[in-house]
Amino acid sequence: MTPRQRRWLFAIAAAGLVACYLWAFAGLPGFGHYPGPYGPEILKNAIAQTNATGVVSAINFDYRGFDTVGEEFILFTAAAGMSVVLRKLRGEREGRGEREGRAKSPYDRARNRDLPPTSDAVRMPTLALVGPVVLIGWWLAAHAQANPSGGFQGGVILATAFMLVYLSGEFLAFRRLSPVALLDCAEALGAGAFVAVGLAAVAQGLPYLDNFLPLGQVPGAVSSSGTIALISFFVGIEVAAAFTLIIGELLEQTLLVRAGGR
Amino acid sequence: MTGNAVMDVLQVTVLVLVAAGATVVVRTRERVRLVLVLSGYGLLLAILFFTFQAPDVALSELTVGAVALPLILLLAIAKVRKRQE
Repeated sequence: MTPRQRRWLFAIAAAGLVACYLWAFAGLPGFGHYPGPYGPEILKNAIAQTNATGVVSAINFDYRGFDTVGEEFILFTAAAGMSVVLRKLRGEREGRGEREGRAKSPYDRARNRDLPPTSDAVRMPTLALVGPVVLIGWWLAAHAQANPSGGFQGGVILATAFMLVYLSGEFLAFRRLSPVALLDCAEALGAGAFVAVGLAAVAQGLPYLDNFLPLGQVPGAVSSSGTIALISFFVGIEVAAAFTLIIGELLEQTLLVRAGGR
Repeated sequence: MTGNAVMDVLQVTVLVLVAAGATVVVRTRERVRLVLVLSGYGLLLAILFFTFQAPDVALSELTVGAVALPLILLLAIAKVRKRQE
């Protein structure tokens, strides 16, 4: 088949697809009109039942906590798979450079070019931002019940703080701040603690991941909403560790690992 | 669409920008440039989710789509390019 015929075939099929698509669109409910029974039901009862004003987090960690456990383990498996795939194979060495001397930073492999030092314009903002980003990440992860955020968002922002350390040119500082053993432990601790909170509910004869801790007085306060705040905290730890692990593995591959014998 | 006119205009603008951004992402050819365009598109998507009143998703998309994903892609490109030299 010539390319021209292929293009005609595609045009005909695409026209059919667009027709079906528009027909389906015409049958949708109006923009912003939610037709189902589940949404208004949750909105009516969420704050009274869980004392959490962040209803999205309440759905994530209480009403649909079981789905969130599955999502957790998707991220966990991704990070674990990355660690396994990018492990040190037999033919590879982890070196600091072709020169025998102690290189202060990983060197650039291009032939006629020296690794340029990180400009001050990049170093200053990234190093200045590390503190606020850590604070924001912790705050988002620890206060899932009170504001529009949650464990996952806080965890990713925390991982971004580590990436900022790398961006400011200090790859070895990044490596020292986040050693692989510590990250592995933190990730496993986060994922395991989530499951353990659910099992603690089972140990009391309630369904898995039931919200059994005391709900607190004021909706949205720091110590309210039972297991939601606790789970979100652990999810934050797990997500931060998983993302930093993934980025660290890739950075090691790019900057430190040398393919065999060179 | 809901009442407020300013929100309507904002939502339509962001939708049009997202459609244009998607076309730009698809039509970019070079790898490193594509990664940077993808990062900008992640930011645009986060703004889209925010104007449609979903700040949780906007936060996730902001960090994952504009920071973590381009970094991972850049590192993969660097590793592949190194092996080709």
